[in-house]
Amino acid sequence: MKVSFKVNGQAHEIDVPPNTLLVEVLRETLELTGTHVGCDTSQCGACTVHLDGRAVKSCTVLAPQLDGVEVTTIEGIGDSENLHPMQAAFRECHALQCGFCTPGMIMQAIDLVEKNPGLDSQAIREGLEGNICRCTGYHNIVRAIASVADAKPASVK
Amino acid sequence: MSEVVSQAESENQGIGAPVRRREDLRFITGDGRYTDDINQPGQLYAAFCRSPYPRVRIDNIDASEALALPGVVAVYTGQQLVDDGLGDLPCGWMVKSKDGTEMISAPHPPMAATVANYVGEPYALVLAETLQIAKQAAELVDTDFTELNAVVDLAHASGSENIYEGIENNLAYEWALGDEDATKMAFARAAHVTTLDLTNNRLIPNALEPRACLGMYERGTGDYTLYTTSQNPHLERLVLSAFVQIAPEHKLRIIAPDVGGGFGSKIFIYSEETSVIWAAGKIKRPIKWVADRSESFLADAHGRDHITRAELAMDEMGRFTGLRVKTTANLGAYLSTFGSSVPTYLYGTLLAGQYKTPNIYVEVQGTYTNTAPVDAYRGAGRPEATYVVERIVDQAARELGKDPADLRRMNMIQPEDFPYETPVALTYDTGNYEASLDKALEMIDYAGFEARQAEAAERGKRRGIGLACYIEACGLAPSKLAIQLGAGVGLYESGEIRMNPTGSVSVFTGSHSHGQGHETTFAQVVSDKLGVSYDDVEVIHGDTGRMEFGLGTYGSRSLAVGGSALMVAAEKVIEKGRKIAAHMMQAQVDQVDFENGQFTLQDSNQSVSIQEVAFAAYVPADYPEDLEPGLTEKAFYDPNNFTYPAGTHVAEVEVDLETGVVQLVDFVAVDDFGHIINPLIVDGQVHGGVAQGAGQALMEHGIYDEYGQLQTGSFMDYTMPRADDLPDFRVDTTVTPCTHNPLGVKGCGEAGAIGSPAAIMNAVTHALGNKDISMPATPEKVWRAIRGE
Repeated sequence: MKVSFKVNGQAHEIDVPPNTLLVEVLRETLELTGTHVGCDTSQCGACTVHLDGRAVKSCTVLAPQLDGVEVTTIEGIGDSENLHPMQAAFRECHALQCGFCTPGMIMQAIDLVEKNPGLDSQAIREGLEGNICRCTGYHNIVRAIASVADAKPASVK
Repeated sequence: MSEVVSQAESENQGIGAPVRRREDLRFITGDGRYTDDINQPGQLYAAFCRSPYPRVRIDNIDASEALALPGVVAVYTGQQLVDDGLGDLPCGWMVKSKDGTEMISAPHPPMAATVANYVGEPYALVLAETLQIAKQAAELVDTDFTELNAVVDLAHASGSENIYEGIENNLAYEWALGDEDATKMAFARAAHVTTLDLTNNRLIPNALEPRACLGMYERGTGDYTLYTTSQNPHLERLVLSAFVQIAPEHKLRIIAPDVGGGFGSKIFIYSEETSVIWAAGKIKRPIKWVADRSESFLADAHGRDHITRAELAMDEMGRFTGLRVKTTANLGAYLSTFGSSVPTYLYGTLLAGQYKTPNIYVEVQGTYTNTAPVDAYRGAGRPEATYVVERIVDQAARELGKDPADLRRMNMIQPEDFPYETPVALTYDTGNYEASLDKALEMIDYAGFEARQAEAAERGKRRGIGLACYIEACGLAPSKLAIQLGAGVGLYESGEIRMNPTGSVSVFTGSHSHGQGHETTFAQVVSDKLGVSYDDVEVIHGDTGRMEFGLGTYGSRSLAVGGSALMVAAEKVIEKGRKIAAHMMQAQVDQVDFENGQFTLQDSNQSVSIQEVAFAAYVPADYPEDLEPGLTEKAFYDPNNFTYPAGTHVAEVEVDLETGVVQLVDFVAVDDFGHIINPLIVDGQVHGGVAQGAGQALMEHGIYDEYGQLQTGSFMDYTMPRADDLPDFRVDTTVTPCTHNPLGVKGCGEAGAIGSPAAIMNAVTHALGNKDISMPATPEKVWRAIRGE
C-alpha cells in the first residue's frame, strides 16, 4: 500500500505491505539505520522515534498509520557539528557505552524533558521505564537528562 | 567521587584525563555502523529452523514445501554441513578431571545433524530473497523428530539418563583444586564451621544488540568476508578456519564493526555465523542473518548456573583455617568456546578471595544438561567465586556474633604479604584490601546504619546492609601458564603503531571495543607515550584484514594486555626514532633523549620532533645507512601474571514487608584497578557492572521448566534491570599499581558484576534477619521468607 509522510522534514511516498513496521520502513526502505531493533516484544525502546512530536516505539507503528504523519529520528535532531542539547549531554556525561540503546534513549529523553518541566532524577528514572540499557546502569543517562532538564526553565513547556 | 571535570576545564588528554569519548559522536547521531546496518547488493536473508524440544533425534527433514515458496533459494540442513566436511565447534580449553583424565567433549556439529540437545538449537538454514519469506519458509520445513528423555534439572543430572553415549553421569569432568587432605585436617581441628548451600542463578546476557552476521564470498578470488557481532574477530577466524575448516585463514576475513555490547556472549563461535559463511560460499551470494531477541534468549550462551555447598572452618578467634567447596556447574548441552574454563580455572582459583585462608579445596562437576550452552558472562567464574566466599564469610560473622567488616578485616591479606601465593594456584602481585574496605565503610557511613535502619522501620521497611570484598584475576593471561592449564591458544595481545609520514599516528589493536571506549583510552595511552596530540592518534580495531592478530576483549584484559602491547610498540617506535634523530642531529644514539614528542641532544638546545623523525623515516634522503625506512612497529605483549583488581562493595536495601519488594537504596563501590587511564570510562564500567550484578541479585533468572522449555524467553518474562529499579551509584577508587605491566593497570570491566551480587544478597539476608534465600530475591521469595515459609 502507498503512504505519504514526512521523516526529518523530508516528504516520502512509499509503497510497502501493510504489515510493515515503522522501524522497518526507517531502516530498510529509507536506510535510516540510526534507529535500532533490540527486541521483538516492544520492551527495549531502542527503536524510539518521535511521531508527530511524541516519543513512540517504532516497532509498534504499522505502515497504514503513517499517512500524513511527521516522524523525527535520531538523524533528524542534530549532527556532529550541530548537536541537539540532549546529544551533547549524553556525550558530556558519558551516558553511553556500546551506543545501541542510545538513539532510542535520546529520543525518549527529549520527549520526557519537553513534556515534563521540573523533572527530578526519580521522575527521569520512571520516564525511562520503557528503555533498556545493558551497559551504563542508567546512572550517567539520568545525569545527562537531568543536566538538560535543569538547564530548561520550569516555565518553558 | 566522581565529579569529573568537564572537558573544557581539562586541556590534558593524556593518561588519567576524563576525555569525552570520540566514538560517542557517531553513536549519538545515529551514525554508528552495526552489523545489521550493513547490506550488500543481492544479499539473501537467513532464517533458522530450531529444535522445539530439548532432546530429539532428527528423523527426517522435508523441505519441499519450503522450497516451493516463491523467493526461497535454498534450505541447508545440519547434516549437509557435516557431509561437506565441516568440523565441530570446538571448546578452546581442555580441563582435566581430578583422576587425570581429559574432559569429555560432547560432539558439537556446527548445526544439529542427527540429534538436537536444547530448545532453540538450529538444525536447518533457510535462505530467501526477503527476511519475511525466509521466516515463513522456515515454518514450512517439515521435520520428523523422535523425542528423547531430556535432562534438565542440574541437581539430578548426574544420576539421570546419559545424554551422550560414553559420557557417564553427564559429567564432562570432575575437576579439583587444592590440598584435600590438609583442608580435611583444618576442618577436623576447627573451633567453628559454617556451612552454606548456594545457588548461582542462570543468567541470559542480553547485550542490547542481538547477534547478527553478513557472510560474503568473492567468486573471483575465493575470499570469504564475514561481518559479525564478535568480541574477538581473530579468534573467530582461527576457529572457523582451523577447526570448522570453512576456508584457510588467509582467505577468510572477519570484521566486527560497531558491536552493541557483548558481556561475554559475543566471544563464542556459534552455529549461526558458521552456517551463514559456509552457505555464502555454497550459494555464492551475500547472506544476512540477524537474531530476533527470542533467538538471543534461546541460543546465546547463558551464564552462571551453579549449585554449591561451601564450608568454612575457623579457629576460636574467627581466623579462617579452611574452605571446602563442592560445586555442580551447568555446562548446558555442549561445551561452548570457553565453557569448560569458567567454572574451573576462572572460579576455583579465586576462592581465597582477599583472605589468608591457608587450606582450600574445591571440586567442580562440569555437568551436561539439555539446556543452552553456558559460558562466560561478565565476570565469568569470578562472580560465582566471590558469591561463595563473601556469602559464607557473612554467614560466619553472624554465627560468631562478629561484625562482618571486622571478621573480614582480621582475615585479610596485608600489604606486606605481597606477592601472596594462595593455596589455589594464584600469586597476587599487589593490593591493599583494607584501604578499599575503610573507604567504602566511610562512604556508606557504616556507623550510621542503625539510625537509617530505625528510620526505615518507621516507614514500614526493613533495611539491611551487606558487604562484599571481592578479588578477581584479570588481564588474561600468561600464555605459557594458560596453555599448560589446557588453553588452546596463547593469551597475549598484539598492537601496531604506524607513524604516518605526515606525523599522524594509526594504532592497530587486537582488542575489540564494543562499548569499552578503546578508541579513546588507547589514543590517550599512545598520545601520552609518544608525545603527540591526542587528536592525531586514530585507533583501529575489529578487522582481521587490517590488523595482524588479536585475542580479543574479555576478562577485563584489553588495557592490561592490549594497552601494554601498545606501550611496547611505542617504545620500539621511540627506539628507532632515536636512531633517526641521532643521525639528523649528527650525534650518537645514546646522546639522544626522548620526552614529550621531542628527541633532544643532551647538553644542547638541539632537538627534532617525532613528526620530523617520521617524515625523515619515509623520505630518507639523509638517513642512517643501516636502518630501514619507515616508522611502524609491532608488539605482542604476553603478560607474566594475571592482574588482581579488588575492592569492597556495600549495598543497602529496603524490604517492603507487605509486598516483599526489595529496593536497592544505596550502593557504594570502592575498587582498586591500579592506575586509571580515563576515570570517566572507569566509573561507567563500574556502574554498568553493578547494574548487571543487581539484576542477578534481585531480578534476572533464566528458567527452564521440567520439560526443558525456556520460560524466560523474552523481555516480558526475563526481568532486566530498568532505570527505576536502581539507585545512583557511588563509586571511588584506591590505587595500588599492577607491578608487572608497563601501565600499572589491572582492568575494570567486570568488577561491578563480581562484587555486587554478594553485597546485595548479604544486605537482603541482613534485612530478613539472617534468613537465607536464593538469588534472585524476587518479591515472592522475600514475601514468603518474611512469613516464615
